[in-house]
Amino acid sequence: MATATKTKTQSKKDTAKKFDKETYLTWFESMLMMRRFEEKSGQLYGQQKIRGFCHLYIGQEACAAGAVSALERGDKYITAYRDHAHPLALGSDPGRIMAELYGKETGLSRGKGGSMHIFDKENNFVGGHGIVGGQIPLGTGLAFAEKYNKTGKLCICYLGDGAVRQGSFHESLNLAMTWKLPVIFVIENNGYAMGTSVQRTSNVTELYKLGEAFDIPSEPVDGMSVEAVHESVSRAAERARKGEGATLLEFRTYRYKGHSMSDPAKYRTKDEVEEYKRKDPIEQVRETILAKKYATEEELLNIDKKIKKTVEESVAFAEQSEFPPVEQAMEDIYAQSDYPFIVD
Amino acid sequence: MRTIQFREALREAMSEEMRRDKSVYLMGEEVAEYNGAYKVSQGMLEEFGPDRIIDTPIAELGFTGLGIGSAMNGLRPIIEFMTFNFSLVAIDQIINSAAKMLYMSGGQYNVPIVFRGATGNAGMLSAQHSQNFENWYANTPGLKVLIPSNPYDAKGLLKSAIRDDDPVIFMESEVMYGEKGEVPEEEYLIPIGVADVKREGKDVTIVSFGKIIKVALEAARELEKEGISAEVIDLRTVRPIDYAAIVNSVKKTNRLVIVEEAWPLAAISSEITYHVQKNAFDYLDAPIQRVNSLDAPLPYAPNLIDVILPSVKRTVESVKSVTYR
Repeated sequence: MATATKTKTQSKKDTAKKFDKETYLTWFESMLMMRRFEEKSGQLYGQQKIRGFCHLYIGQEACAAGAVSALERGDKYITAYRDHAHPLALGSDPGRIMAELYGKETGLSRGKGGSMHIFDKENNFVGGHGIVGGQIPLGTGLAFAEKYNKTGKLCICYLGDGAVRQGSFHESLNLAMTWKLPVIFVIENNGYAMGTSVQRTSNVTELYKLGEAFDIPSEPVDGMSVEAVHESVSRAAERARKGEGATLLEFRTYRYKGHSMSDPAKYRTKDEVEEYKRKDPIEQVRETILAKKYATEEELLNIDKKIKKTVEESVAFAEQSEFPPVEQAMEDIYAQSDYPFIVD
Repeated sequence: MRTIQFREALREAMSEEMRRDKSVYLMGEEVAEYNGAYKVSQGMLEEFGPDRIIDTPIAELGFTGLGIGSAMNGLRPIIEFMTFNFSLVAIDQIINSAAKMLYMSGGQYNVPIVFRGATGNAGMLSAQHSQNFENWYANTPGLKVLIPSNPYDAKGLLKSAIRDDDPVIFMESEVMYGEKGEVPEEEYLIPIGVADVKREGKDVTIVSFGKIIKVALEAARELEKEGISAEVIDLRTVRPIDYAAIVNSVKKTNRLVIVEEAWPLAAISSEITYHVQKNAFDYLDAPIQRVNSLDAPLPYAPNLIDVILPSVKRTVESVKSVTYR
């Protein structure tokens, strides 16, 4: 079997050497931006400024930040409905993401997508998909097009631990490896499919092992370590760009909050949540920065202040923006501009 | 004019478009090395190679979603379903992804893709292989649904479908693939959403589409012998529907019968009936009648099939009813 599985991630000491000051500061800023943005989103949801379903990324920040630092501009990103953070990491305007959460015309999806359907074509973020597992064949298709057009680009396709039980996951992995498509499948395993723990959904709870059925190189990764995420994605990207096909990465991570805003997460103990918080990805990076003297406490505090200001500005932008004009209800249904809709 | 088979018309449409546009590819079960389950894609692997004529495993959900993803990233796939009965395991991707993408991305991602294959009964194939889902797909905003009844329309409409920037459902029939019809050598396109008057008449309008229109045309010939002049309209497209063509004809004949292979509830016939009563009520001299399949799955036994499917006999009776004959 061609599968190269790794059971242990490299020690922090080894990996820390490989990354420079700039990388650490970028990670810190990127992840803190996600954290502050999501904290604010949670608050605003409580105030009913944000409605509908809203799934926060808090705790999982390394999974997005470590991939963006490892990949190239032009590589495509796709994920499920926990989708505010990836576009932030890719450089989308926080104001336009917040405006989308508000349902405003200035939102990235012009107020038609909401929290679950953020899209930013300019920054290669291809959504934001609401049916569990639905984005997996789509991401495989994004990669198919890259191969078809010989662009040298790839697709990184995120999914949750719940999605691995869908048929779409298994069909996509099979197609991707049979056709050697440049795709990286990333399971963000936060331990729970909504309220159902991984252990309750299958006998196979080491999720990376599912890739072995399709001869896909697969490995578990410490999803709380941005260095480990970066390195695993780098290896996968190299394989993809060399034409060796798909990789399956299982990022072991944790969400501090419930599945969605309406979930009090009573299926977990406080101890479990606290244990993961001790491995917080942002704290880990912070400690390294301070230890290596890449920045002072005060400088990091200033970054935090700057981020908080950006988040406040994004809220102000969303507040001040208008809801879409009513004509928008019947636009963007067809690319055809004069489609004859039923008027009655 | 030369005559070619329905399958050849489809093949010409796909091949011409693939020569014209490198982003067009064909994907599905048995389309390449087997030359197509119904030989529609015969010879295409040889011309276009395995990168553009692509055999898939039996994984409709997977390759449908893959096709949609590739369409969001610059390609123009033609996805063949061996029959649309099998599209049901992929319907999540068609409805939730293809039909919604442009809207929920606020206009950023359109999906130029064609899903094509056989629909409807095809001779004693029993309940799971004899279904019509035109009205299911036509119900969904974001999709277009085409269902030609002859080789000429098939070629012109398929070329338009491949060039269309929206997702198109294109429905054929196993029993039509071998049928011949006149198709010119020179290139032509048929616009989506325009009905075709197959036969002019003055006493009654019969609206139909797809292969079951043969029942309508046969009924029209029977009725002619009895002095009833039937106008037969082939919709060719059921989303969008060419309502104007129907209403204009009803204004002339004052009577309407709809012949449709699908089940009756929430069918294309129901929709047309609503539209005509709303927009041409004063022109109607009789209640609208429809001839659908009976409200039952299609069984294997041939005598039961005959009872269930729309027939010439039932169509003639419906016309006589609306003409009070």
